[in-house]
Amino acid sequence: MEDVAIVGAGQSVFSRSCGESIRELSFEAYKEALEGLDITGKDIDASVICSAPEYDKQRSPSGLISEYLELTPKPTFYIETVCSSSSTGLRVAWSLIKAGLHKTVAVIGFQKMSELSSRDAAERMGRGGDIIWESPFGITMPAGYALYARAHMARYGTTEEQLAKVRVKNSHYGAANPKANYRKELSLEDILNSEVITSPLKKFDCCANADGSSCIILARGDVAKGITKKPIWVVGLGAATDTMTMAGRESLTGLRCAQEAAKQAYKMAGIKPQDVDVAEVHDCFTVSELLAYEDLGFAKPGEGAGLIEDKETYVEGKIPVNVDGGLLSKGHPIGATGGSQVRTIVRQLRGEATEAQVKDAEIGLVHNIGGVGQYGNVTILRR
Amino acid sequence: MGFENFGTVSFTTEAKVADFITQLEAGKVMATRCRQCGGSYFPPKADCPKCLSSDVEWFEVKGKGKLASYTVVNYGPSGFENDAPYILALVQFDEGIQILARLSRDITEKDIKIGMNLTVHPAKLADNRIAYEFKRA
Repeated sequence: MEDVAIVGAGQSVFSRSCGESIRELSFEAYKEALEGLDITGKDIDASVICSAPEYDKQRSPSGLISEYLELTPKPTFYIETVCSSSSTGLRVAWSLIKAGLHKTVAVIGFQKMSELSSRDAAERMGRGGDIIWESPFGITMPAGYALYARAHMARYGTTEEQLAKVRVKNSHYGAANPKANYRKELSLEDILNSEVITSPLKKFDCCANADGSSCIILARGDVAKGITKKPIWVVGLGAATDTMTMAGRESLTGLRCAQEAAKQAYKMAGIKPQDVDVAEVHDCFTVSELLAYEDLGFAKPGEGAGLIEDKETYVEGKIPVNVDGGLLSKGHPIGATGGSQVRTIVRQLRGEATEAQVKDAEIGLVHNIGGVGQYGNVTILRR
Repeated sequence: MGFENFGTVSFTTEAKVADFITQLEAGKVMATRCRQCGGSYFPPKADCPKCLSSDVEWFEVKGKGKLASYTVVNYGPSGFENDAPYILALVQFDEGIQILARLSRDITEKDIKIGMNLTVHPAKLADNRIAYEFKRA
């Protein structure tokens, strides 16, 4: 059976407030994904539209975006796993192609969060938990991750300074990324002295809400080779879940969904963690990146902090991570994030990541998490 | 009565396990146990996905639990602005039961230690609302 490749990958600039409609925002990513390919919109057989509902007023956005991009009468539908929606979309697109239903599929992720105030957005995120049993206590996304941070610190001695060093790195690379919302370099002091949002996480330990879009175009192998000179092959897919409630979690020192998804993806790709040349991980908070180091096997449990201490996740290090600035710098337009991570890896594997290219990168990994570890996708790509 | 007065902000009312609230009003924090296979649940479940039985009984969450983790929330979402700062905690009890709730207001951050013993109790909130919270054991 033919393999599946990514032929195009694009994203909009991520910003605090884009000043446009979701259809226009989606167009920006779609345009970048199609540029340079020997196809037009007419060659796209289906579209998968990904976002988290309730941030904008539009119901059923798939039809709307499909019309704006003139993808009608091709099928379109909506996929949601909150913050990991667009990597779930990629998984679905891969399956549609593998199953023989379609040859070329566009995965479009978007989110316009600026229509809500920060507190209202936090309330929507709180309802991404269990609305009967946990949201009424005032749980938020950062609070959920703060529970993991505190538990990791208590068990392994991880420090707030080590968490801050993740942001120092990501702000360094974010400053060079023209698509990023936050483009200032931050010092350790800037981060440690920022206000506490939910202890131990401070303002600069947290990514920002943003408006943005992403688009990944996948094609059947034989078709892909005719469309682009640089197809990027999808060689490993892993997906898993954990409980909606925090009460259901068996461990607070790692995300079980990520561990499980990583295991599946490595097995499918036939590689080991040390074979990965460059990774994009879901750093919605600094602690999330540290957990990812361990959940993906880049470090042993409890030893993730050592990687950032030794700068092993910088471009020159053993395993460069989030050298596009990550969610912490780019901002996190929920439904667009997974596609943006994939775009970065595609650029790395094509040798086109001019701002921070990892030398001769051949295998890349994307770790995209929904909610506080409710959903986890790990995707392995190869040039 | 359902979940309409549960917590600072409730988002839904009806549930088969709404009896939980009646018992909370009466001073007890309850979990469910499946009479067929013995599986115990918190949050309470009216149905047992293991054996597909809906023959469940209530039992009280009693005794000391251990603090698994906590966070002091300084930035409350809409509807919770006036509560902040509040401390959310995850506490492990016997029978594999774990509960997320707030720490009682008389516990300050400097008193907190991961692993400390806590008990769970109903908590009356303003405007006739009700929840449960953790107190020092």
